[in-house]
Amino acid sequence: MIVVEDLHRHFGGFRAVDGASLTIKTGSITGLIGPNGAGKTTLFNVIAGRLPPTSGRVLMDGEDISGLPPHVLFHKGLLRTFQIAHEFGSMTVRENLMMVPPDQAGERIWNSWFARSRVAAEEKRIRQKADEVLDFLTISHLADQKASMISGGQKKLLELGRTMMVDAKIVFLDEVGAGVNRTLLNTIGDAIIRLNKERGYTFCVIEHDMDFIARLCDPVIVMAEGRVLAEGTADEVKNNERVIEAYLGTGLKNKVKEAASHG
Amino acid sequence: MDVLNALVAFLNFVFIPGLAYGAQLALGALGVTLVYSILRFSNFAHGDTMAFGAMCTILMTWWFQSIGISFGPLPTALLALPFGIAATAAFVLATDRVVYRFYRRQKASPTIVVIVSLGVMFVMNGVIRFIIGVDEQNFSDGARFVLNPQDFKVMTGLAEPLAIKTTQAVTVVTAVIVVAFLFWFLQKTRTGKSMRAFSDNEDLALLSGINPDRVVAVTWIIAAGIATIAGVLYGLDKSFKPFTYFQLLLPIFAAAIVGGLGSPIGAIAGGFVIAFSEVMVTNAWKKIVNYLVPEHMATDSLLQLLSTDYKFAVSFTILIIVLLFMPTGLFKGKSL
Amino acid sequence: MNQRSLILFALVACLYLGTGFLQSWNLSLSILNAALLATIAALGVNMQWGYAGLFSVGTMGFTALGGLAVVLVSAKPNVENWQAGGWGIVLALVLGALSVMAAIFAWRKLPKGRTRALVVAAIMVGGFFLFRAVFDPNVMAAEAINPQFAGNLGGLGLPSLVAWPVGGLLAAAVAWGVGKTALGLRSDYLAIATLGIAEITVSVIKNEDWLARGVKNIIDLPRPWPVPYEVELQQVPAFLDLVGRWGLDPVTTSTIGVKLLYAGMFGLVLAAIIWAFERALHSPWGRMMRAIRDNEVSAAAMGKDVTGRHLQVFVLGSAVIGFAGAMMTSMDGQLTPGTYNPLRFTFLVWVMVIVGGSGNNWGTVLGGLLIGWLWLVVENVGPNIMGLLTAPLPDSWLKAHLLGSAEHMRLLTMGVILLLVMRFSPRGLIPEK
Ligand SMILES: Nc1ncnc2c1ncn2[C@@H]1O[C@H](COP(=O)(O)OP(=O)(O)OP(=O)(O)O)[C@@H](O)[C@H]1O
Ligand SMILES: [Mg+2]
Repeated sequence: MIVVEDLHRHFGGFRAVDGASLTIKTGSITGLIGPNGAGKTTLFNVIAGRLPPTSGRVLMDGEDISGLPPHVLFHKGLLRTFQIAHEFGSMTVRENLMMVPPDQAGERIWNSWFARSRVAAEEKRIRQKADEVLDFLTISHLADQKASMISGGQKKLLELGRTMMVDAKIVFLDEVGAGVNRTLLNTIGDAIIRLNKERGYTFCVIEHDMDFIARLCDPVIVMAEGRVLAEGTADEVKNNERVIEAYLGTGLKNKVKEAASHG
Repeated sequence: MDVLNALVAFLNFVFIPGLAYGAQLALGALGVTLVYSILRFSNFAHGDTMAFGAMCTILMTWWFQSIGISFGPLPTALLALPFGIAATAAFVLATDRVVYRFYRRQKASPTIVVIVSLGVMFVMNGVIRFIIGVDEQNFSDGARFVLNPQDFKVMTGLAEPLAIKTTQAVTVVTAVIVVAFLFWFLQKTRTGKSMRAFSDNEDLALLSGINPDRVVAVTWIIAAGIATIAGVLYGLDKSFKPFTYFQLLLPIFAAAIVGGLGSPIGAIAGGFVIAFSEVMVTNAWKKIVNYLVPEHMATDSLLQLLSTDYKFAVSFTILIIVLLFMPTGLFKGKSL
Repeated sequence: MNQRSLILFALVACLYLGTGFLQSWNLSLSILNAALLATIAALGVNMQWGYAGLFSVGTMGFTALGGLAVVLVSAKPNVENWQAGGWGIVLALVLGALSVMAAIFAWRKLPKGRTRALVVAAIMVGGFFLFRAVFDPNVMAAEAINPQFAGNLGGLGLPSLVAWPVGGLLAAAVAWGVGKTALGLRSDYLAIATLGIAEITVSVIKNEDWLARGVKNIIDLPRPWPVPYEVELQQVPAFLDLVGRWGLDPVTTSTIGVKLLYAGMFGLVLAAIIWAFERALHSPWGRMMRAIRDNEVSAAAMGKDVTGRHLQVFVLGSAVIGFAGAMMTSMDGQLTPGTYNPLRFTFLVWVMVIVGGSGNNWGTVLGGLLIGWLWLVVENVGPNIMGLLTAPLPDSWLKAHLLGSAEHMRLLTMGVILLLVMRFSPRGLIPEK
């Protein structure tokens, strides 16, 4: 369970996250939506240790994790993907996946000289795992391509694939579906549900596609201007006045209402 | 107990030298900081730019001296300074044109540009050695003292003489003028304002129609100007030796980082912090202390914290302390 | 390696062979040995820059630390100096280290606030004065004894070969301290910090006479096993026999033989380091390092401790540089702190890495051998070229000045080469794959 308490993150005078408080329950697939610039990505960055909070706390299963560096959080089982894909461009797609498992014996330089067979055996296992993930994401044919060469949508799949290389507790997905076609988006949705059911991953998903959110997420949290505006099921937030207002601006909202009452 | 004599000794051995050295470092650090905030890289060739400027000025000074032009009690080098600045600015602009511009257009990473600046440093160093050699050169002339130690003794009747060298006075006065001019320029002129905008946010500045080439050129000219002035002042005060200027890189960068890289006020503060720490730590306090304590407690030891051979250790230590406890420096860096 | 690299290596080999045939084999081998040592240091720099993108300019300092290790390990102990002040100096150093540790301990344990800062500062200042109180008299006592010929504590009298790894360790220890403070911050901070530590290291070696006689130099360091002294070699019947059979001059042959032996040893070390580095690069460790270099943010999000890994690479690379520095002092048989100059020991090594191709060990070797050759040959050839160029000029101060300044040409040459390579072939002669 992740609890965010009155979190602030300011850039100079600008309050990107401005007192957000929310809870992500263990086992849930929580949606996080909000208009562009609402502070969703910044919130992720603070939770995942990429940015230190200006003030406020983040608790993971009761432990204060605010300000811990990303690699420490990774080892605690907190993973994230990036809105703008952060692939390792000079490495192949498969290598991008194979680097993920933590504490590999071969990551100790000593073992690369004196424990070659152990490293080789481990590499075989990891490689197999990587190929399974690639299969699952339907990008096996890209395995040996340089990651800088694949398309934007494929990079997003790679981002998701990396989180599947380990046993995570909670995964933060930042617009993992952006730039991915609808069929694939459904596959990704299925994958998320399966990982949630079978492996017990908790998810927090940022997405602008409401259908996708509605299919996967319960609850859905709405952010605007750095704060949490509403929380509830997808239907509840869709019909929440303040949410519509935040998305459309007040003027537009009235027009929508008018149109609804006329029609 | 002799507070007055102790005070005079303090002024003589700590305060005045520290002030002059601080002014030189502050000017050096200002150049580094300026280049950093506009061109966004740490210029390792800055020490050699100072040496280059000093060299040009020295050559001009020698020529003036040979044809009998002098500046009365002031060093002739001050007359030669504008020529030195012009030559250095031309050289630096040419360097920008053939070297740095390419990387700027490419948006190369800052570290790459730093390495390039190492190459420039090599070339400048080679040129300097080629033209003027590696030896020490003395080019200070004019009156030696503003305040002659003998006169002071006679005037006050104190045992301890107070000396203010002309070069020290010139250093401080020049530094004040330069800094005042620079701040006026950055705050008040159109070009200065556009430089500040550029340093704050390059993209926004470009959108609002600022001509980047002009900003860059002006930056280089100012950097060359203050580097030359700093180099000449340092050479007048101590002496000119090309290798010392390379070694000045450390205290200068330490000053800029201590103050907060990119902050002009920080650079000045940093320069004085480094200079005074260096002078205080390497000064032998015996004389001053012996004036203050009763006679039977007088000490024979030098009371020197570190020998002057380790003056770089002082800037280094301050640098490390700042890196550990406030990595952004005294004045949060990165904006003009 | 592909064909192009082979051709390049063959060309560089021709440079050395040509020097041997046209000038002298002694010269050619001297250049080769110096170049091999610089190449090993360049491999260390390549590890830091090429693998991890760390910009460190402290090569000179780590080289000098290696040299210091040779003195401390292989020089004869000066018993009288030890008795006069050696233990006191050791005690002072221990006290100094303890006060630093106490300060760190206090910083960690005390609650944040003004008291903590004051306590830590008090410990540091008190520790400093304690250190000086014990240190100064003992240094005076130790240096007072036999200052013409010794005045230093001397070393352990162990074989010179032992000093090589010790040089690496000494450099590694200092690198760890620097890296711990300067890594993880902005990238040019490491550059400034290493620049500083290099200057300070050299000034310590220059000024602390009790340590290694300072600028009075230590000259009679033993040779590493199995290299013989030329004069001894010239007495060995088997050697004279061999020389006689081939009709060679025993003196020249012995000097060449010794140099060949050094070249062989350095070659072995070089090969071992390349083997180790290549293996590491092609293992999951290398994959992780590439990932970190590609995208630090993402590597951290994938659980890799970026700063920790940077520290590891920085320490490893510095150890290699220290190792090379120890080998150099060992070969020279003397430690002359006055000769440590950043242009030669830091920036030249950087030129080697960049010209050869950063990130690629073979490229670094090529760059090292090529630039090493150029550096020493320009020294000899530069004045000749200048002589030719200025020949038509009438004798004048200008001509004399030009001739006199020709030796400074090589800095200019190196700078121009660096700039040209950075501009037109930024990935070097043998680019990383
Ligand atoms: N590093 C930064 N420096 C300054 N401002 C920033 C920084 N990162 C984000 N911001 C600002 O914070 C605000 C929130 O950005 P954020 O990326 O969190 O929005 P978001 O909700 O993820 O939007 P989107 O749906 O478009 O991805 C934006 O106005 C952005 O300009
Ligand atoms: Mg976002």
